[in-house]
Amino acid sequence: MTESVFFSVSQLNRHVRGLLEADSSLRDCWVEGEVSNYSQAASGHVYFTLKDESARLSCVMWRSNAERQTYTPDHGDAVLCHGHVSVYEAQGRYQLYVNEVQPAGRGVLHLEFEALKKKLAAEGLFDDERKRPLPAYARRIGVVTSPQAAALRDVCNVLARRYALPDVILAPTLVQGDEAPAQIVAALEAVNQLGVDVVILTRGGGSLEELWAFNDERVARAVAASQAPVVCGVGHETDYTIADFAADVRAPTPSAAAELVVPDQAELRHTLRSLRMRLLAGIDQQLDAKDRQVERQRQALARHSPARTVNEYRQRVDGFARTSRRVVIHRLALAREQLKSRVTQLHALDPKATLARGYAIVSRLDDGRTVTSVRHAHPGDALWVQVKDGTFESVVGRGKRRRATDTDRSAGADQLGLEL
Amino acid sequence: MTDELSFEEAFEELQKTVAQLEEDDLPLEKALDLFERGTTLAQRCETLLDEAELRVKQLVPADDGDGYDVTPFEER
Repeated sequence: MTESVFFSVSQLNRHVRGLLEADSSLRDCWVEGEVSNYSQAASGHVYFTLKDESARLSCVMWRSNAERQTYTPDHGDAVLCHGHVSVYEAQGRYQLYVNEVQPAGRGVLHLEFEALKKKLAAEGLFDDERKRPLPAYARRIGVVTSPQAAALRDVCNVLARRYALPDVILAPTLVQGDEAPAQIVAALEAVNQLGVDVVILTRGGGSLEELWAFNDERVARAVAASQAPVVCGVGHETDYTIADFAADVRAPTPSAAAELVVPDQAELRHTLRSLRMRLLAGIDQQLDAKDRQVERQRQALARHSPARTVNEYRQRVDGFARTSRRVVIHRLALAREQLKSRVTQLHALDPKATLARGYAIVSRLDDGRTVTSVRHAHPGDALWVQVKDGTFESVVGRGKRRRATDTDRSAGADQLGLEL
Repeated sequence: MTDELSFEEAFEELQKTVAQLEEDDLPLEKALDLFERGTTLAQRCETLLDEAELRVKQLVPADDGDGYDVTPFEER
């Protein structure tokens, strides 16, 4: 048997509050009911009652949450409230602390959305590892949308402006209504069958209900199954759909989706210009380098050129030539001088030159012997006298004859030495 | 042969060609070839951008009910 516990009122209320707040299912819950007694206090906090056929529940929504609400419920509205359960201790009243109110129909959609998102996420359908990169230069772009939609015009305008090279293949489909999901799935399959580099799945803005086809499980699975990467651009920036999560890339709008799948030709042209500049700079630099190489080789060649050696030799040869010419000239002059003096000597020795000075050669007529002594010439002897310009006969006279003294002979010899 | 290159092919080859030309100490013939090739490729890329006109086609169910045909898209 357990012992009774004594509480003050405050203690009891606090204890009950603790119990309620400890229950995780009460911390984050959705409650469906009909609104009554809806009133907003001067403080901005909102108080109302939720009820169904047999029960009622006090609700409070603090000002901060109330201000964020786009939907203000009316008395009698069927709504879906989200919040946590706790106790207002001062009154001993338990209540739902609401942070979000939605009309019941849409609220259900929201619950479905969250449930499907959770389920597919658990399957790994939204995993980052599944996301494929988009092609840098798509050649064939599949567009899955309604042919009448403004979204298609937006996409085509952006493509034409940015990069008009690819083929655009439209796979027409309804983008809202009960038929839409099946058609979207078929269109995705059709463009993949044809073969495209990337798929744009898109539609313009609309109400939650109008965008609902993109929260369909079949659509999400078809997006994930697409062979070509899928860019999903549905509605406006604030609209998130299940297809967005399943796609490889989410774009906030149809135009943004188109921008993601092609490069911007303005940037490409800029890059092309800079590549052209680099080509010019590159060839310039290569040619400069070649110039420098040629110059280096030329200098090296000049250093090792045989012309240099030849020139050196040529100089030396010139030197030799000058020297030898001088020597030859000198020697020639010397020789000429010698020759001249020899000629003079020869002249002096030439008997004819002696005859010219008045001497005569005398020989005997009978035996032709030259008369060099008085003893060879006797009176009456016929002699042959040769003078400068001729000869004549003579006869030795009977007159005086004398032999020369030694003094005379030496004087003659001296005279002959001078002649030499 | 350049006339058959897609933008992507021409653009990528151009980038490689420029990088090669920027290497040190190429033989003169090679450098001149690269320069000429690069200029042709850049021209090809610019021509493609200049002459590009977006072609939009649409898939329509084939007459025999099997698969799709591709026809030019006319906005209604």
